[in-house]
Amino acid sequence: MAKKPHDTPNLDALETGPWPSFVSGLKRLAKDKDAVVDLLGHLEHSYATKKGYWKGGTLGVYGYGGGIIPRFTEIKDENGKPTYPDAAEFHTLRVMPPAGMHYSTEILRKLADIWERHGSGLIAFHGQSGDIMFQGATSENVQKAFDEINEAGFDLGGAGPALRTSMSCVGAARCEQSCYDEGKAHRMVINSFLDDIHRPALPYKFKFKFSGCPNDCMNSIQRSDLAVIGTWRDNIRTDEPLAKKWFAKHGMNELVNDVVAHCPTRAIQLKEIKDVRKGESISAVAVNDTHALEIDNSDCVRCMHCINVMTGALAPGKDKGATILCGGKRTLKIGDQMGTVIVPFQPLQTEEDYEQIVELGQKIIDFFAENALEHERTGEMIERIGLVNFLEGIGLDVDANMVGAPRSNPYVRTDGWDEEVAKIKAKKAAA
Amino acid sequence: MAQAQTQTQMRKPKETGVPDNMQYMHPTLVKNHGNWKYHDRPRPGVLHHVSHSGEEVWTVRAGTQRQMDVHTIRKLCDIGDKYAEGHVRFTIRSNIEFMVADQKKVAPLIEALEKSGFPVGGTGNSISMMAHTQGWLHCDIPGTDASGVVKALMDELYDEFRREEMPNRVHMSTSCCEINCGGQADIAIIVQYTKPPKINHDLVANVCERPAVVARCPVAAIRPALVNGKPSLEIDEKKCMCCGACYPPCPPMQINDAEHTKLAIWVGGKNSNARGKPTFMKMVASGLPNNPPRWVEVAAVVKKILHVYKEDARPWERLSDWVERIGWPRFFEKTGLTFTKYLIDDWRGSRANLNASTHIRF
Repeated sequence: MAKKPHDTPNLDALETGPWPSFVSGLKRLAKDKDAVVDLLGHLEHSYATKKGYWKGGTLGVYGYGGGIIPRFTEIKDENGKPTYPDAAEFHTLRVMPPAGMHYSTEILRKLADIWERHGSGLIAFHGQSGDIMFQGATSENVQKAFDEINEAGFDLGGAGPALRTSMSCVGAARCEQSCYDEGKAHRMVINSFLDDIHRPALPYKFKFKFSGCPNDCMNSIQRSDLAVIGTWRDNIRTDEPLAKKWFAKHGMNELVNDVVAHCPTRAIQLKEIKDVRKGESISAVAVNDTHALEIDNSDCVRCMHCINVMTGALAPGKDKGATILCGGKRTLKIGDQMGTVIVPFQPLQTEEDYEQIVELGQKIIDFFAENALEHERTGEMIERIGLVNFLEGIGLDVDANMVGAPRSNPYVRTDGWDEEVAKIKAKKAAA
Repeated sequence: MAQAQTQTQMRKPKETGVPDNMQYMHPTLVKNHGNWKYHDRPRPGVLHHVSHSGEEVWTVRAGTQRQMDVHTIRKLCDIGDKYAEGHVRFTIRSNIEFMVADQKKVAPLIEALEKSGFPVGGTGNSISMMAHTQGWLHCDIPGTDASGVVKALMDELYDEFRREEMPNRVHMSTSCCEINCGGQADIAIIVQYTKPPKINHDLVANVCERPAVVARCPVAAIRPALVNGKPSLEIDEKKCMCCGACYPPCPPMQINDAEHTKLAIWVGGKNSNARGKPTFMKMVASGLPNNPPRWVEVAAVVKKILHVYKEDARPWERLSDWVERIGWPRFFEKTGLTFTKYLIDDWRGSRANLNASTHIRF
């Protein structure tokens, strides 16, 4: 039995309503845990005064420099004594999840038991960077909790100016749109850079994210320094029985308005079967006895829309891999940045293909470590030095797929033009 | 002595990194890894995947509170053991998924989940669980709470989570400061500070690395100063745009304020490449009160936007696609929100956001 609960009228209001209530969960824990009794008091104080009261600090586990988020209370009386003493230390362990966030109930129970023994019993599945967040350990218990979590096969994630915990989509495990083995790439890459995760020494954070197709379910383009997004080079595959089944259910209006009309590059057309073109870049599938969809794959930008609507009837091709984009981040400091293309297509079929992502990652992290200013993300660094300098630094050739459009101003010195043209032509001829 | 040494001997970490997911994965997923053919959705909250091998798997998706107590986790495990096949996964939006290889298990699983208070839904064109941050519960720099805002909003959007009646999927997020850890979304609720930080000059010298704080300011409004004989910092309040970037490296730069910390609503963020290229969200409302425990004013604006979008957008139009069709003036007209001068971008690259054409809808 824990100590007497504090009055929490504000939080009590979050126990009503149909959505699962985190407050009710905290109250369940507070029956046995003084730390959670005081956490509820602490949080109620925030609700009443509309301010936060946690202070960071420095805390780690033996052998690592990062991965623990220390939290000390700032709610104190006039003598400097914590008002909520049992929640005065309420630290978080960031722990990397399995790729694709798959768990057996057995391992979940094991992790829950560990955290009930050494922590508050509050776990987030998952934090915004993908970590399992074990929230609420005292300074003394952080090491004990980590030792057992580590023995269970889990390792700390990133925090501070370090490589960060990564995320990958469900992908090949359960999705027909998957264009590579996301879990394999995720593990191969991240587990090659564990030193950069566990011992923060970069200019600022660096994130990888892995999405299996251009739907980008991991939101990698907007929030990772290196986004690996699955795609394919050959033609969209078709399946006539599934296409006819779809059409029988949805009809012509939906086919025209929801599929054909939404194609961003007008690569898909509805045609009478007799008019369907033949050719190397053409995919075609009949939807009934008279009409067919015709896709000119050389115009297709692999946006996924038609495939999303007519899943199975249309499917990604077989020559699969990924487009790699660099520099995505949110506002601070210079404003939002999307990741932009640095590798239009990286095949991902063989072991060597996957190793190439690790090698590229290494080059970029090295360049970032050497050249970024303190607290500067890759997107900001590229904005400051220009994409061309960045590409030269990591040894990648320019490609017209890297731009939305060529430059629209003349403010560039072009006296090396002829040499560049000659170099590119010689390289093409040699390939 | 020897005993004292063994006592201080620390355990060396096993630097094992990301765990292998195959050991925890449902066996049908392992068997058909990379070999799926298509999927459909027999009802909201259920995905049905068919493999090229002919094998099938049903996934039941349910909402959670993300911030889970171990009792909730064990309850979900009990359901997973009794009604599913002992394997689960989580989505990026903290929904839990149970996989079953036998269709007959789907209905009892749904019943068990809903009876235990976990809503089944969040698939396809529904409003899925909101991505959220740590807030007052655990962040060191929060302007508001996160779990509470999400709980309050999801209570209101509960039916839309359990249905698939929106034009396309709706992703939402909340963020408890302008750093926006919640991320890009169709609709995002983000703290917007409205006053420059109040500086506690007694603490700056001891707590802050002053050059780092100066360097952090996006508009160079901060400079070193001697205040009351102590090294401190001062702010050019005419330059300051109240972003709060100085606060994390220097807590004496108090940006949070019970009254002046407001909330803004952003719309139209999309990470998918489907149809148009990915988009960043845009601010469409600000100055909303930070009003716990249920943030009713924010909820009202969000619900209004969602209602108009649901009524007005065509099938498959994400919020950004819909606005692209109807235009921003009509977005403001239809949602009843007020377009003000504060919504005209003046940050770097801002002219690209102006209308350099005669494309105007009358």
